[in-house]
Amino acid sequence: MGISILRAGLQDTVQDLGRNGYAHLGISSSGAADAFSLRIGNLLVGNYGNAAGIEVTLVGGKYKFTADTFIALSGSEFQADLNGVSFPFHRGKYVQKDEILTIGPTQNGARCYLAVRGGIDVPDLLSAKTTHVVSGLGGYKGRSLQKGDTLSIGNLEEVTQVIVIKVKLEIKRNIIRINNGLQSKWFDGNSWSSFTNNTYFVSESSSRMGIRLSGESINSTRGHEIITEGIPLGAIQIPGGGQPIISFVEHQTTGGYPKIANVINSDLCKVGQLKPGDQIQFQSVSLEEAETLKFEQEAFIKSLKNNHA
Amino acid sequence: MVKFGDDISENLHQQVFSFSHQLLKQSFNGINNVHPGYNSVLVTFDKNIYRDAALAKIQQFWNEFPEQKQEKYNTVEIPVLYGAKYGPDLDRVCEYTGLSSGAVIKRHTAVNYLVYFIGFSPGFPYIGGMDETLATPRLDTPRKQVPLGSVGVANNQTGIYPIESPGGWNLIGRTPLPIFDINDPENSLVNIGDKLHFRSISKDEFDRMKGK
Repeated sequence: MGISILRAGLQDTVQDLGRNGYAHLGISSSGAADAFSLRIGNLLVGNYGNAAGIEVTLVGGKYKFTADTFIALSGSEFQADLNGVSFPFHRGKYVQKDEILTIGPTQNGARCYLAVRGGIDVPDLLSAKTTHVVSGLGGYKGRSLQKGDTLSIGNLEEVTQVIVIKVKLEIKRNIIRINNGLQSKWFDGNSWSSFTNNTYFVSESSSRMGIRLSGESINSTRGHEIITEGIPLGAIQIPGGGQPIISFVEHQTTGGYPKIANVINSDLCKVGQLKPGDQIQFQSVSLEEAETLKFEQEAFIKSLKNNHA
Repeated sequence: MVKFGDDISENLHQQVFSFSHQLLKQSFNGINNVHPGYNSVLVTFDKNIYRDAALAKIQQFWNEFPEQKQEKYNTVEIPVLYGAKYGPDLDRVCEYTGLSSGAVIKRHTAVNYLVYFIGFSPGFPYIGGMDETLATPRLDTPRKQVPLGSVGVANNQTGIYPIESPGGWNLIGRTPLPIFDINDPENSLVNIGDKLHFRSISKDEFDRMKGK
């Protein structure tokens, strides 16, 4: 049993919560661009934490189920129908053998997730199923899905009760909150105020590796090169041209541009929903506030776990 | 981020190597990733770990860290077939440096290099120690696909492409040996802290080693 790809979306990839522990070998974690939404999807179908789903970007494809399957869509709402009948988001539903789910263009942010009860089963690479698209590693043959691929579904015994969601889930992505980066002091008061008072556009050349922004140039007072050092997920780098880049899930593990700021953990899911043309503004918060927001988000996910269907 | 100093030196490298190596061996619960650099080690934590707890863990590890401990350095020989289609930019390097191809190969193979760390992309070694007379600027237009094992020069650095990827380095040769194993990356041929040298090989040797 599985899912046949009758038509692939723009960039459909198999994603779990990432491949941690290999950055010292140059391998960044990858994982779902919006891990929050993948986790919601997994809860809706009764999967445990790290099951893999399909990450759909901007425009989805056509997916045929080769057996009866319990599925859910989460993340940004896309046009979606099952055999021509509109298919809801954030609700687990049975689909029957040979039914076809069609996911059209997004109505909101960049990504949605197709979660299936049992999870998508691909061979583990270094204990994870995530696709690292830039390096061609992991997931389904190290690449985005193509027409004709067939994905297997995992072990249906390793599942739990499904949940229902009664609240409206929406990820607002126009304000991205940040903490100071490792080289925040390389930027003077003027640079900081142009960085946080102006809006930036998400550029077409953005990817899972990095979100490229265009807007007011930011200039460091100490040059644009540092001695190469580690880059964390969500670091906002300022290269020579002064246009910020948010290092994202498939980021380079080390690099030589100064990092003005870092997206706070609870807002990484917003970054995963940014699409070309979006307008965003950065807002500085304290480390304490960032930590509170992160634990609030975790508490919210935990609270959902009790809403059994 | 743990900083050991502000410049690039073998002494700082030894501290980075030892610190990251010991930390990875400990594998505390809650550490996501360890990123060694030239003079720093970035440590990232799971989101369920409190910031204070993470800082305390690193502080404690730092306090107990045996600074004098010398890590074991491995010596690695990288056989390279220089020039022709395996090193299509060898001529460009000759032109830029004013050296003959024989002299470029001689100087490239004469040095003992140090692998400062693995970073950037999967298995990519940051190699220090190249003879500065070989320094050549990057290509104006990066190649879309650089073959696996290509050995290149960019400014005053030399490097090896561990996986097929785009790249703008001047390619001077290619090694038949896989330097990085994605299925068992901890046991790759080239690792942090290795002393590395290149040896010039013939086409026959290249084919023989490649065939193995």
